[in-house]
Amino acid sequence: MSEQRARLARGGRIDRSRICTFTFDGRTYTGCAGDTVASALLANGVHLVGRSFKLHRPRGIVGAGVDEPNALLTLRGGGRTEPNIQATMAELYDGLSAVSQNRWPSLALDALSINGLFSRFMPAGFYYKTFMGPTRGAWMWFEPAIRRAAGLGKAARERDPDRYEREHAFCDVLVVGAGPAGIAAALAAGRAGSRVLLLEQMATAGGALLDERTDSHAERWRSEHLAELEALDNVTLMTRTTVFGVYDGGVTGALERVHDHEPEPPRGQPRQRLWTVRAARTVFAAGSTERPLLFGDNDCPGVMLASAARRYLNHFGVLPGRRVVVHANNDSAYAAAGELRRAGAEVTVVDRREQPAPDVGAALRADSIELISGARVERAHGRHRVRAVTVADARGTRRLDCDLVCVAGGWSPNVHLASHLGHRPVYDARVGAFVPDTLPEGQFAVGTMTGELDDAGAVAVGWRAGLAAAGQTDDERAPAPPATAAASGWVHAHGNGEAPRGGPGKTFVDLQNDVTDRDVALAFREGYRSVEHLKRYTTLGMGTDQGRTSNINGLELMAGLRGQSIPETGTTTFRPPFTPVALGALVGRRTGRHFRPERRTPMHDCHRERGAEFVRAGQWLRPRYYPEHGADVDTAYVAEMRAVREAVGMVDVSTLGKIDVQGPDAPEFLNRVYANGWLKLAVGKARYGAMLRDDGLVFDDGTTSRLAEHRYFMTTTTAEAGPVMSWLEFLLDTAWPDLRVHVTSVSDQWAGVAVAGSSGGHVLAAALDGVDTSDDTLPPMGVRDATTDDGLPVRILRVSFSGERAYEVYTPAGYGAHLWERLMAAGQPHGIEPYGTEALGGLRIEKGHPAGPELDGRTTLDDLGLGRMARPNKPFVGDVLRHRPALESEDRRRLVGLQPVEPGARLRAGALVFPDGAPVEGHGIGHVTSVTWSPTLGHYVALALVAGGPAREGEIVAAASPVHGEHVRVQVVPGVFLDPEGERIHA
Amino acid sequence: MLRIPCPFCGERDHAEFSYGGDARVQRPALDDRSEERWYRYVFLRDNPRGPHREFWQHVGGCRAWLVVERDTGNHEILDVRFAADAMKEAQCE
Repeated sequence: MSEQRARLARGGRIDRSRICTFTFDGRTYTGCAGDTVASALLANGVHLVGRSFKLHRPRGIVGAGVDEPNALLTLRGGGRTEPNIQATMAELYDGLSAVSQNRWPSLALDALSINGLFSRFMPAGFYYKTFMGPTRGAWMWFEPAIRRAAGLGKAARERDPDRYEREHAFCDVLVVGAGPAGIAAALAAGRAGSRVLLLEQMATAGGALLDERTDSHAERWRSEHLAELEALDNVTLMTRTTVFGVYDGGVTGALERVHDHEPEPPRGQPRQRLWTVRAARTVFAAGSTERPLLFGDNDCPGVMLASAARRYLNHFGVLPGRRVVVHANNDSAYAAAGELRRAGAEVTVVDRREQPAPDVGAALRADSIELISGARVERAHGRHRVRAVTVADARGTRRLDCDLVCVAGGWSPNVHLASHLGHRPVYDARVGAFVPDTLPEGQFAVGTMTGELDDAGAVAVGWRAGLAAAGQTDDERAPAPPATAAASGWVHAHGNGEAPRGGPGKTFVDLQNDVTDRDVALAFREGYRSVEHLKRYTTLGMGTDQGRTSNINGLELMAGLRGQSIPETGTTTFRPPFTPVALGALVGRRTGRHFRPERRTPMHDCHRERGAEFVRAGQWLRPRYYPEHGADVDTAYVAEMRAVREAVGMVDVSTLGKIDVQGPDAPEFLNRVYANGWLKLAVGKARYGAMLRDDGLVFDDGTTSRLAEHRYFMTTTTAEAGPVMSWLEFLLDTAWPDLRVHVTSVSDQWAGVAVAGSSGGHVLAAALDGVDTSDDTLPPMGVRDATTDDGLPVRILRVSFSGERAYEVYTPAGYGAHLWERLMAAGQPHGIEPYGTEALGGLRIEKGHPAGPELDGRTTLDDLGLGRMARPNKPFVGDVLRHRPALESEDRRRLVGLQPVEPGARLRAGALVFPDGAPVEGHGIGHVTSVTWSPTLGHYVALALVAGGPAREGEIVAAASPVHGEHVRVQVVPGVFLDPEGERIHA
Repeated sequence: MLRIPCPFCGERDHAEFSYGGDARVQRPALDDRSEERWYRYVFLRDNPRGPHREFWQHVGGCRAWLVVERDTGNHEILDVRFAADAMKEAQCE
């Protein structure tokens, strides 16, 4: 364990009394509570933290926040493993484990850094040029090796044990960013009484104020104003919450890292929370990001943004270097220079300007800091840490030894969020940067993100925006500015961009994606000159950091090459997310069983107690088969079918869609939505109906019963229950508002059991005391509502899906389990057995009834052999378009039966049908839709949709399932395998 | 991300609603036998940028079908009415 040798004895906002032990690449270090992984590593003198994406070059920590391009680590382990986390954003906790990425075998000795030596062969566009066109096939071979060599961290394969949540928030005023301008805006709106939500991505509110010393006026301002915000009940400040996207309708997406700063979330707590914030007005106070200056080998560990060095010094109490070269083109770095010097470092300032401001020169001399003006750093030296820089000016070059280079190339306002809605930022020559354009009503941008130069301005503008967002006019009580050290003229960065350098070393524009100035020049030479092309050809700005430190420098290079100004060259579009969002957070709790609701029928517990195997049917859990009937599904469902055919069985049909249709025009309504006729259906009778879509294809089928003159009970398939209900409502609301009909879904109100088999009538009579179930009262297709002697209400339909004598018995859902048990008990003497969806399907296949696999949204009534149902002399939905020529073509695939030529052969649903002897190529002449073993016939039977349909009856064809390696000769037969005359329903 | 002010239930998140397509197309009368008109109604759609009239159903609420006027450029909801009312008025016009 090494001590924190770069930690200062005092200063900063960390807690030196709470030591956190952590490991990096297996080695143990210590840090303090309040550290990030980055600041703790720097406190231990660790600068080398990763290898670059493509070239495997050693990389260090550049920034101190979300701008960090290099220091991407993999945190935690097992299912909690999270790759590509910025060390600058990862808060330290005791026991944290971090590993570096994209290196092998180790960070210090990376075998693949040989890429760096061969990098001249991997310029921009390498992949496109090498693997497109005739050599495309080569990608297949090289991809695995390239993917191994180039890349970021690896995701865990284990399941993430943590929980993620999604929540909604509503407020009058949303303030994004708790820097000086954001705090002022929140305070103004808060004092005015608005509901204010202030979101801050870092763990501590303060923004750029955190760069200031803890004994400064800025710190007092920060703590006083935050205390006032906290005292306001109508203001909520959320830290560790990053706004990642701005959307229409005042919607903002934010990610709260609720427990990322702890080893694991407390029980019941989420790791992260995704917020959908709806705000009447939004104030963006997103701050700005410092730009690096470009020079040879500027990616050497130890080259850091000057603002980041200040943050490490003043917030974390870490002196990141002892011999420092500050390289600047503006005044903002001078505060860093002075503070580093006073903290004990030797400091030399290399200013690109000939004439830095006179007062800063004097301040430097007072601190005995050497100033070299009109000079530039040409190149950094050092492998795993910078050792020296070459500085050039008009007189020549010299070498300065150093262990830290602070670069200060001016500031880029964080315009991202303000442009998510498509408002492109505009170039402001005054500050040499892009700033938000005029924003839509209800949105405000304040602070340094607008190019506002000083604290007084930022606070004043923030205050006014907060008032305006709260619907107030001026208020005298604006806070005084915090007067930070950086207050004087820190934005003025011109002439940073320049022609790509010659000479030794590589100049990186985009550190995360390894894009150099030469890559930009290559893109220019090859014609990729628009910013959008530059981005895609070189991948500049396409990393997880969205090019926060690289976009403007790349743009300036391209502008220089094109001989244009920056605004003429343009800027790219910013899209969400501003920072990466874990998929887990987007998904929230909708994983596994919670992915969609699970619906259980009222008889669920009865099935479970019998040990049923369940199957998901849409959202429903239905018994697939009852293992008591056989060792596996194949033997069990056949036994269940046999019970129905030879005695009696019962099945839970509660999942069917049920719709109560009422009104004087109900007969006419049904007559319009169904293809068959409904006007003559008598009260107390049920009828099978098929309904079409407007395009003439079959939509759904089911039985509908007439309960009374103006009242019908419609059933739909399980799958289409919802869509049919919506469709009927659509027709009544939009097409036929004059029809006096109401439809109400009663699917959940009624439990249903189908009792099928020759002794079904006896079972009913025994179970439903006092209800007349005789053939006279309940002939086939008869319907009646009744109540048993002991008060059980039932609705009985004598309809059959299995071809047997069968009854559907419905009862209010709360009595469902009772009805089930009652029928089961009454059926015992008759040998009743429950059956599941497999047997249900098998029974209907034997009878040739089309169901889901045949009603696949592509079949017509004629395809299904139901064409005769359609009434020719009445208009109904879908009647016109069902006559389109292609739908009436003779060679359409139509429903037929198939049976194997060899009686023992197995058939498969999904098998393709080919002419006998034809090769198994293409899509064949049809496909098998449904298959069952027929215990009655002793062989497999199948339904299939085959070109030509019934015209092929008697023909031998082949059913091939290449995925199973099966090829079975089958004969085309009529689709009804059993009892074609339908005599069994009277049995 | 939309909030739709349902005339019956009040303003609700669009997750409670389901989209029902273009409300500007004119549905032929039930007894209209013109294949051309039915074909146009079922298959042909404009894809306008700007104000658009579309059907939504408040499936997670009152279940009413609505005609929502929405700007496809910025998702602004300009008007919401019961479809039954909108259709009756359209017939009167």
